[in-house]
Amino acid sequence: MDIWISLLKAFLVGGLFCLIAQILIDKTKLTPARILVLYVTLGVVLTAFGVYEPIVKFAGCGATTPLTGFGYALAKGVEKAVKEHGLFGALTGGFTATSSGICAAIVFGYLFTLIFRGKPRD
Amino acid sequence: MRSEEYQKYVNSRAGKSPLLKDCLFAFLVGGLICALAEGLHYAYDALGIETETAKALVSVTLVFLAALFTGIGLFDDLAKVAGAGTLVPITGFANAVVSPAIDNKSEGFIMGVGAKMFVIAGPVIVYGILSSAIYGVVYYILNMWMG
Repeated sequence: MDIWISLLKAFLVGGLFCLIAQILIDKTKLTPARILVLYVTLGVVLTAFGVYEPIVKFAGCGATTPLTGFGYALAKGVEKAVKEHGLFGALTGGFTATSSGICAAIVFGYLFTLIFRGKPRD
Repeated sequence: MRSEEYQKYVNSRAGKSPLLKDCLFAFLVGGLICALAEGLHYAYDALGIETETAKALVSVTLVFLAALFTGIGLFDDLAKVAGAGTLVPITGFANAVVSPAIDNKSEGFIMGVGAKMFVIAGPVIVYGILSSAIYGVVYYILNMWMG
């Protein structure tokens, strides 16, 4: 039964992150690109203040899948790298922790760009 | 209230307040994507994949699916209804990479595909990496003080 509770938690928390973003889009002039930048930066800041870790513990992928989770991964990566390599880790930790996601986006993105044609704009 | 009447009522409300409808779909679709991610995590765990790798694989799988759906053209249709529901999860990041690349293929593979891939993903990476590097310096200094 554990799995169903985890799925529900992920659904509720992940949905809530999207709901907040939707309100921001509808009620302010924030464009989707600005929302993404805001969410990533917010993820780093919230992780730095120790606020995001408990949300991840509670909701699992419900907290790591939204772009705030990308910021969380960046911040945790930097913490780990600074612990291991000192100040130099501030330069390596972020990319190290998020390398697979960024690389996957580039590789699969390029692959599907080769295969598919853009829709004619109407 | 009978169900048709209720449907009429819902429609009239939805017409007056697109915010409510937008929010509902954003919540549902976004929540479902995150639940799918959690399910994938369980599946990779069950296959005996080590936790950190499993977490990364979940993101990679979602990126793959979002890129594929963008290529087929289904992502746009879903995004029109879901709004922030497909934008905010990592699927939105993948879509932001693939969509402009496909649309600008005609401009060539260097300044079309290669450059346009980062029209939106670029700023996300720039501000994400920048804030994480700043945090790294702060974290280093704090650790020195705390000894």
